[in-house]
Amino acid sequence: MRGKSLKVKETIIEKALFLCAAGSVTAVALITLFIFSSGYSVLRSYGPLNFIFGMDWSPVNGEYGILPLIAGTLEVTAGALILGVPAGIGCAVFLAEMAKERWAKLLKSAIELLAGIPSVVYGFFGLAIIVPAIRDWLLPAVQKIDPDVPASGFSVLAGAFVLGIMILPTIVSMSENAIRAVPLEFREASLALGADRRETITKVLVPAAKSGIFSSVILAMGRAVGETMAVLLITGNVPKVPTGPLDPAATLTGTIAMEMSYAGPEHQSALFAIGIVLFILIVILNSIALAVMKRFGGAV
Amino acid sequence: MTTKKQNKRIAAAAALMVLAGCLAMTGCGGNKEDAPSGERDSIIIAGSTSVQALSEELAEAYMEKNQNATVEVQGGGSGQGIKSVEKGIADIGSLSREVKEEEKAAVSREFLAAKDGIAVIVNSKTGIKELSMKEIQQIYKGEVTNWKELGGMDKPITVVTREAGSGTRSSFTELAGITQKDDSGKELDGILKDALVQPSTGAVKETVSNTPYSIGYVSLNALDDKVAAVRVEGIEPSVETVLSGDYKIQRPFVYVAGTGLSSGAEDFIRFVMSSEGQKIVEESGFIPIKQK
Repeated sequence: MRGKSLKVKETIIEKALFLCAAGSVTAVALITLFIFSSGYSVLRSYGPLNFIFGMDWSPVNGEYGILPLIAGTLEVTAGALILGVPAGIGCAVFLAEMAKERWAKLLKSAIELLAGIPSVVYGFFGLAIIVPAIRDWLLPAVQKIDPDVPASGFSVLAGAFVLGIMILPTIVSMSENAIRAVPLEFREASLALGADRRETITKVLVPAAKSGIFSSVILAMGRAVGETMAVLLITGNVPKVPTGPLDPAATLTGTIAMEMSYAGPEHQSALFAIGIVLFILIVILNSIALAVMKRFGGAV
Repeated sequence: MTTKKQNKRIAAAAALMVLAGCLAMTGCGGNKEDAPSGERDSIIIAGSTSVQALSEELAEAYMEKNQNATVEVQGGGSGQGIKSVEKGIADIGSLSREVKEEEKAAVSREFLAAKDGIAVIVNSKTGIKELSMKEIQQIYKGEVTNWKELGGMDKPITVVTREAGSGTRSSFTELAGITQKDDSGKELDGILKDALVQPSTGAVKETVSNTPYSIGYVSLNALDDKVAAVRVEGIEPSVETVLSGDYKIQRPFVYVAGTGLSSGAEDFIRFVMSSEGQKIVEESGFIPIKQK
């Protein structure tokens, strides 16, 4: 009798969980369907290749080429990873292996606090500190070599810097967990073989935790690609392919956010088509990440 | 129809509520309710897409006041505004320019509802106080890229503009003549590609006031002490110079009637011209005709 009621209970819970899972899958499917159906009309009339590889984004003139936006997004993201990943992994190693337990706890919560700051605040920080700093300190030096460099300070570099800070919490906390999860025996064995602390970290611990570290980088990259508000305020939103870190750039997400409010029907459809491209871009990045992770072998 | 502006306003209202902790829910919920069914005055406004946003704001406020009235706002362009009242498709036509001589025949009455003016602002370091229309065109088309070509310092010009689709941007390109013709003779937005794009009036002001040697443009009623507006063709931009017609980067928003005006439409025009309607004009970023 008791066994039967347990079984009924279990079935109900199972069904409830299934409903939850089905609900989220349906939500994803509906959003996908919505984006694709909204963006399809421009993709068809303008041509997918013209759309993706077109160099001219001027919606008021009926030109919907988004290559400059794709380039802007990729450059800002790459810059953020170049700045944020080494700093993040370094910080994770320090927290996991070097810092005293009390300090590590304090530092870690401070870094996790970064994740709680709204992105528009990062944007203001960039606008008030980073952009003027680049303009007033970095640009005068660069202008001596290249007088034609854009002089406003709104740039890929400013965006990359702020995004680099924004992705730190993801990288630090996941990488730290991965490094801490490496079995103590690995450290003991390494030290017993005569390796010093640096060798133990670089040759044993980090390689053993590489899968976790790598997933943190992928998640961080996803955040950088999708970040909108902070980047919108500081990269200048110029729809031209940026040729250097000091050039201004427009990103895919920033353009959608900026132009959606006043867009006419065709323009709006083009913005949804950007959403399609963004969607596919993320899928590609995630697939690459999964493939690489498989090669690395094993998840921590 | 919920306009973006309405959404924004609802968002702002929601934020205020949270901040103040007051419970003014009725303010947001009220305007969603439909008017009680019964006799309805139906007014159709058609014409200029530039006036459309203002017409929608006015229509919304009007319908809230007069639960029996429905006001429908359509686009099509200023020329379409004339044609619609001529053919009797619309009760009121809207134009973002003067009524042309050859159009006068189709129009029985004109109402100047508002004016739209745009000020050109520069960063204080430029030292520039005055620009001609030609110079503004050259800067925004990218033909002039250094202030020294305009008698200023030897510094590159940082051009700031609004995003594609912004009404201020399309007014500015049209009124200042920053357009290029394409092969089929269509007027295209000719603002140079290197211009920094800022998504709001506030952001343009902020960028121009903080970025040395930059230039931007904002709606005339958004001017304040933070930024300096230049004289255009020797005329200081102000409400007075716009209303007098001396300041050049401006245009009128005109409502026109065809052969006659229905009582409902007449009432709507009265509302537009009232201090309440003119306040909406001002809130929508345009210059009211009747000054307090």
